[in-house]
Amino acid sequence: MQNTDASENRSSFVDFAAIKDEMMSNQTPLQVLDGHGKIVNQAVFDQYSDTELVDMLKLMVWERTLHQRSNALTRQGRLGFYAPTEGQEASEMGAQLAFKATDFLLPAYRDIPQLIQHGLPTWKAFLWSRGHVLGNDYEEEHLAAMPPQIIIGAQYIQAAGVALGIKKNKTEDMVAYTFTGDGGTSQGDFYEGINFAGAYQVPAVFIIQNNGYAISTPRHVQTAAVTLAQKGMAAGIPFVQVDGMDILAVREAAKAAREYAAAGNGPVLIETLTFRFGPHTNAGDDPKRYRTPEEEQPWFDNDPLIRLRKVLTEKGVWSEEIENAYIDDVKAEIKAAVAQADAAPKQKISDFLKNVFEEPTPDIVEQIAIFEAKEAK
Amino acid sequence: MATMTFIQAITDALNTQLKNDDKTLIFGEDVGKNGGVFRATDGLQAEYGKDRVFDTPLAESGILGLSMGLALQGFRPIPEIQFIGFIFEAMDSIAGQMARTRYRMNGKVGLPITIRSPFGGGTHTPEMHADSLEGMIASVPGLRVVTPSNPYDAKGLLISAIKNNDPVFFLENLKLYRSLKADVPEGEYTVPLDKANVVREGSDVTVIAYSAEVNESLKVAEKLAKEGISVEVVDLRSLAPIDSATLVQSVSKTHRAVVVQEAQRMAGVAAKVVSEISEKAILSLDAPIGRVSAPDTVYPFGLAEDDWLPAAADIEAKVRETLEFN
Ligand SMILES: Cc1ncc(C[n+]2csc(CCOP(=O)(O)OP(=O)(O)O)c2C)c(N)n1
Repeated sequence: MQNTDASENRSSFVDFAAIKDEMMSNQTPLQVLDGHGKIVNQAVFDQYSDTELVDMLKLMVWERTLHQRSNALTRQGRLGFYAPTEGQEASEMGAQLAFKATDFLLPAYRDIPQLIQHGLPTWKAFLWSRGHVLGNDYEEEHLAAMPPQIIIGAQYIQAAGVALGIKKNKTEDMVAYTFTGDGGTSQGDFYEGINFAGAYQVPAVFIIQNNGYAISTPRHVQTAAVTLAQKGMAAGIPFVQVDGMDILAVREAAKAAREYAAAGNGPVLIETLTFRFGPHTNAGDDPKRYRTPEEEQPWFDNDPLIRLRKVLTEKGVWSEEIENAYIDDVKAEIKAAVAQADAAPKQKISDFLKNVFEEPTPDIVEQIAIFEAKEAK
Repeated sequence: MATMTFIQAITDALNTQLKNDDKTLIFGEDVGKNGGVFRATDGLQAEYGKDRVFDTPLAESGILGLSMGLALQGFRPIPEIQFIGFIFEAMDSIAGQMARTRYRMNGKVGLPITIRSPFGGGTHTPEMHADSLEGMIASVPGLRVVTPSNPYDAKGLLISAIKNNDPVFFLENLKLYRSLKADVPEGEYTVPLDKANVVREGSDVTVIAYSAEVNESLKVAEKLAKEGISVEVVDLRSLAPIDSATLVQSVSKTHRAVVVQEAQRMAGVAAKVVSEISEKAILSLDAPIGRVSAPDTVYPFGLAEDDWLPAAADIEAKVRETLEFN
């Protein structure tokens, strides 16, 4: 082997360094409102009426209030598992607004607000958090959704399957949509999901909420790829990166993705750039161990609520009084939901046993009798 | 000698082996700066650097496949799976690849990998975090499965596992992490793999358990001692292989046996213990072997865990039933 210096490393047949340079050129994330609340895409902004804009802010205020109450309730031991959503309101609500109630949602544990907006009663969401099976009983609501997924990535490949089913059933105007985090894009299921969806050209919209961290692991440890969106390239599906603190941009991108997919053009991948303001979950995670205040502050300043609030206040259609009155309404609804969750009957192991199969097998019949006797005491 | 919790004993074992063998590597999700979600690797990256202790992308199949590759390059990987329920993602790497490598390569290639993962219920984790999967894992040929019930064993067994030249699956009980304290020697010491431990001697009945259920069984033994019933408690420690010699010896002395596991009835380890005793010591028995386990449902939702998990009262009832048999 000869020693070569760097310039000689550039083969005339294939210049990998140049290929890498090209690959590393970043895309600019889509925006409608910038970080200072300045309108950067007037045409899109003007498509929305004041009422629609106010409704969008209300949705984000609703999510923020739900977060604050859920946080307090977990601290009081009145909820179980809770993954904070503060900071991700534009990303979650912007996306959710683009879909119809008949679209099939495959959420992860941080996507409870989308699930509620999709039709899950809040009290059931609280039961899910507490570890009560009634929280996953969607029959009455005819919910087109699966319960929140715990296994990172599993929902992505399932979404491809749901979308393939929609296509095979020739259902008109319906898509499957799903979320994962930045960390989730490292899982095999993520790649398999987008690849299958591309291979079968199915109506699926895949959303990556890139909030910078998977628990403590920063985004740059997950992959050397410049954007997570560009992972769509290898699957042959179109992709885009969006400012995830801008509800209008997320909504527009998701709406376009839905239309594209529902029209039979195949799947789409969207990456939203966002930030989780708090800990990963309320079970002992401390972001101070892995994030600095200098790093956090610009994101806090970039709060999606502040951005839209500023524009709507200037327009004269929003005020602190309106916001406070609305928060009171939301709090009252949440209080009622907690009461309803509290009233749920205690779970019985004998019922669990009855739900293992459609018809209990002989060994399970034996065990049902044992537990029914115990429960009768 | 220092007093340590179970998890401190784990950290101490890892620290000791990182110090003693520069081929050891710790990696997994959040094990670096964060020190793991339970802080089992707390401070280790600061001490040994990112080359030895590092965060991985979020992919269990990747973590275990990487372990195999690193072991092929002479390293001694100690990967962490954050919670046992995530092991399904990695089962091909573990069962389909790593555990069969020595056999496949005519005995010449060993893969000295120690997979650590918390397991066990009763702490109200979300779904898929605490499932009792040890039976499934313990039925993989070529894989040792070890689970300590106290801090002393935790450190000694973990060091043995790391020094062993074959893959070992090391299961750490979530509930025990911070609820137990014991004296743990400093520096390197080992507790032998593949060996059960008689943690309490007795003459009337043998209770065989592992992990957190050992402590439940000890409570029962203490309670029954006040009534003059002498219970011998055996801690399996090794779920693969099962140390049937120790079991046969104990059962031949007491003539009665109860096997306890937190897992579902169908889920393996207790069934294996029962069959070992049946094959090797059935003629010394005065009563059918009793079995205490959880029912055959999916691992339950958090709120129902306490009704689902077998506890001291269930063990006590089964022990009495076994003693009353004539
Ligand atoms: C298969 C699997 N591995 C590990 C975990 C543990 N875990 C839960 S959340 C998480 C980080 C997820 O990060 P990301 O995908 O970025 O989503 P975020 O939580 O930030 O929304 C990890 C490692 C899990 N739930 N499932």
